[in-house]
Amino acid sequence: MSTKGYEAVIGLEIHAQLKTNSKMFCSDSTKFDAADNENTSPVSVGMPGTLPVVNKTAIEFSVKTGLALGCEIRRKSVFSRKNYFYPDLPKGYQISQYDEPLCEHGKITFKVDDVEKTVSITRAHMEEDAGKSNHFGEYTLINYNRSGIPLLEIVSGPDMRSAAEAAQYARTVRQVLRYLDVCDGNLEEGSLRCDCNVSVRKVGAEKFGTKVEIKNINSFRFVEKAIDFEIDRQIDAVERGEKILQETRLWDPDKNRTFSMRTKEDAQDYRYFPDPDLLPVILTGEQIEKFRQELPELPLARQQRFMTEHALPLYDAEVLTTERELADYFEETAKISGNSKAASNWIMTELLRELKNAEKSIVDSPIKPAALGKMVALIEKGTISGKMGKTVFQEMWASGQDPEEIVKAKGLVQITDTSAIEKIIDEVIAANPQQTADYRGGRVKLFGFFVGAVMKASKGQANPETVNQLLTKKLQG
Amino acid sequence: MIDHKALEHIAHLAKLYVSETEAQEFASQLSKALGHFEQISKVDTKGVEPLVTPSEVEAYWRPDEVKKELTAEEIVANAPARTGNLFTVPPVV
Amino acid sequence: MDLLKASFKDIAGAVQGKKVSAREVTKFFFDRAEKLDPKLNSYIQLNDKALDEASSLDARIVKGENVGPLAGVPFGIKDMFCTKGLKTTAGSKILANFVPPYDSTVVERLKKSGVTIIGKLNQDEFAMGSSNETSAFGAVKNPWNTDCVPGGSSGGSAAAQASRLCAGTVGTDTGGSIRQPASFCGIVGVKPTYGRISRYGIVAYASSLDQAGPMVSTVEDAALSLEVMCGHDERDATTSQRQVPRFSQNLKEDLKGLKIGLMKEYMTGSGLHADVQKTVQAAIDTVKARGAEIVEVSVPLTEYAVPMYYLIAASECSSNLARYDGVKYGHRAQFESLGGVDLEDFYKKTRGEGFGKEVKRRIMLGTYCLSSGYYDAYYNKACQVRRLMRNQYDDAFKKCDIILSPVTTSPAFRLGDRISDPLAMYLNDIFTVSTNLAGLPGMSVPFGMSADGLPIGVQLTAHHFEEQKMLNAGFALEQSSSVKAKVPHVY
Repeated sequence: MSTKGYEAVIGLEIHAQLKTNSKMFCSDSTKFDAADNENTSPVSVGMPGTLPVVNKTAIEFSVKTGLALGCEIRRKSVFSRKNYFYPDLPKGYQISQYDEPLCEHGKITFKVDDVEKTVSITRAHMEEDAGKSNHFGEYTLINYNRSGIPLLEIVSGPDMRSAAEAAQYARTVRQVLRYLDVCDGNLEEGSLRCDCNVSVRKVGAEKFGTKVEIKNINSFRFVEKAIDFEIDRQIDAVERGEKILQETRLWDPDKNRTFSMRTKEDAQDYRYFPDPDLLPVILTGEQIEKFRQELPELPLARQQRFMTEHALPLYDAEVLTTERELADYFEETAKISGNSKAASNWIMTELLRELKNAEKSIVDSPIKPAALGKMVALIEKGTISGKMGKTVFQEMWASGQDPEEIVKAKGLVQITDTSAIEKIIDEVIAANPQQTADYRGGRVKLFGFFVGAVMKASKGQANPETVNQLLTKKLQG
Repeated sequence: MIDHKALEHIAHLAKLYVSETEAQEFASQLSKALGHFEQISKVDTKGVEPLVTPSEVEAYWRPDEVKKELTAEEIVANAPARTGNLFTVPPVV
Repeated sequence: MDLLKASFKDIAGAVQGKKVSAREVTKFFFDRAEKLDPKLNSYIQLNDKALDEASSLDARIVKGENVGPLAGVPFGIKDMFCTKGLKTTAGSKILANFVPPYDSTVVERLKKSGVTIIGKLNQDEFAMGSSNETSAFGAVKNPWNTDCVPGGSSGGSAAAQASRLCAGTVGTDTGGSIRQPASFCGIVGVKPTYGRISRYGIVAYASSLDQAGPMVSTVEDAALSLEVMCGHDERDATTSQRQVPRFSQNLKEDLKGLKIGLMKEYMTGSGLHADVQKTVQAAIDTVKARGAEIVEVSVPLTEYAVPMYYLIAASECSSNLARYDGVKYGHRAQFESLGGVDLEDFYKKTRGEGFGKEVKRRIMLGTYCLSSGYYDAYYNKACQVRRLMRNQYDDAFKKCDIILSPVTTSPAFRLGDRISDPLAMYLNDIFTVSTNLAGLPGMSVPFGMSADGLPIGVQLTAHHFEEQKMLNAGFALEQSSSVKAKVPHVY
């Protein structure tokens, strides 16, 4: 995208909170809604003499994410200390990875407006979160529950050129994290945080412009808005002949703009050095290979498989693989239903619509995949008609009941018995001599009238296909 | 060499208040010590990997298990100032 | 049982065998400490619950419980070790009122093996010092001559042990802080291999160098303490998972087959005090007489050990001491109201008031060494030379089992003599710091007496995890020590 001959250069730093039970370097719980300083220990508040010990699962989650993002995994990566003073940082340093990060040189591919885009992943490194400050004017209160929660910081290359690309990149990373089940990906709760580096330059220029970092963005929609705002702001500034300041800006969702954070008078000197309390993380080729074997099927591969194995069209496959839980839901439904495309149709139209209206996620669906699968199978077998299916679906949604029970309770069984239907048709023809004569005289449009009458007489339970066939035959006389 | 200005910068990074007289004293003492320590530059260390942990210690990664040994009250008991179970500090905005 | 001479085995045997109660033993040392310590200032604080704790130990013994191999042995603990419910200061004003809600692993293990805690021992502030004069709680005096320093940083431990103001003590050693005061005060001090003993709960000075160890009266007591203290700890990722030998049961004075190396660099120094030289020579004669073979070894890069040590230790400490910020615990500067306080001023005033001069000097030195533009020339360079020197030690230990050397250039010096010249004080550590840099086990065994009546130790160093050989050599030397029969002036 270019405006007034400028193009934007965008890179993202995504902080993913890893879904471990305990913290990165100590055994405190990571539960979200704990009481003040309840999830703390001498280690996480930095008491004298306390030491960090690495959480095995945090390493596993990080390696798996790195592999899923196509990264090379370092056989030896190093925890370093990033030294700075801030009340939410209990030790006066953050344990992070600096010059030897766990994951490097990855890439990820996704589509923006049907155009394929590949973004490089420069690195992904492990670090610990800081505590939380709450400001009250005259003082600030510090809660260290979050202190030490494991984060994986995923740094993209400066490869994106529009806000839409950046937002789609972030969504794709989130999708991968959720497929791996290593991160909740909840921007509002802060389990996923997105910092955007944005600069502008004249199209064709080699040098990057001065970059501005935007923080505090808690939805993908705001990622897009904030970047768009920032691109316009920077282009305007450059056009006016102003210099772009290297600074950190925050997104204000109420005013739809970014604003400058108070800039420190001096550049930070973090004095990184290897943390002597922690040994380097050494991984063997076998260990990395084992993690690779354990990777679940990732969105793109699953999409492909849905198209080949389930013969779904691309659009269905894309929609159904956006979330791992949705894809799982589909596969379970499809398996029981015996017709993948029919299962897909029911999910994509009825179920997703209802979920959206009710603001529910797929895991909270009142209709479980086994039930929906059974219902589709009832239609497949001809036990009920597609139209009856809709009634059953509504009832399942409302009551969560089993489809067979609903069918039974409502007497919804379809009449497929030819002789029974023939009998009804005969009665309808007998009761409507004029219309029969007209039809036979050439008013074939009257066919619909007869179908309606037969269906009505069968209380809607006659199999419409059978009705069609038999009616055609009988009306011909 | 650490001059007065360099010393002030270091004291700022280290968040230490030093008086004028202390600054002068420290600057000269540290310069003298560094002057002596600089002799390590004579050692050829090209391509040598820095050593941090000096003995061979096997890696230990903890299992991802939650343990709770202390209450929030015990954690904040030593705080110079607190509000409930939170630590109170000057306004940081 | 003469408690002034009793070994750990004697005390534990008698207490577990109900010949004497833990309470009586604790009271004996507690009373001595109360009476004699004003002359030394070796304790920062006595544990007023010591007698109660001893009584509950007795109650367990009465019930038939085995309370551990150090049943009822009263220990003094250097104030670097966190003790649950007992103030832990690290010798600093910044931690003057800190009461840890947890025990350091060492203290936990000592307690589990039946130790009672008499009190917390004085030390240089954050273990930064070689004379115990940097303590915020006043200097400690050497019990052999109260005009002299006890050494540092574990000066309180050494003085209290020499005067038997407890049965045993523990110290920490980052660049000689166990061995040098042990030498100055005539006791046995052992710093094991880096990674042998958990650092969890020990106030950190320099993480890649710090190591705890026993400071006790005999090699056997040291060996027994080590058995209790050593071993993997799931709260310290830098502890080794290796099995811990039964050091005390394997002790032997026969040194046949043992190769003792004399390090060229440490034997030819011109600054060596004549009495120290004599002591080392006598030690060489003794080990030879007991069957050891003497070989010459060389570790040329020890020439740079002091610069390396101070660059690395200062860098690490500048980061380790960043947590003392007046937020979670410890000293906080007074302000009229919090509302108008600038965060920078809050930190600077708090830390400026809380830390003493030597600590500030090292924090600033380390901050400088890690700062942008200097990292490669100082911190990183020192770490590179560190590897090269360790490699040279590895080679030296292919030729010998133990390296025998002086601990210090001279016996204990006078209070106030060197404190005004930091560099001169730093250069004191010339024979001890390389052991920490290379992660090797080292110990000081009291062996000779100076003409002025001060004890002089001999230093033994072994290869990684070879403490047993070192303890055996120490055990052999101990049999011929001229310090053994003497007692200090304050006793």
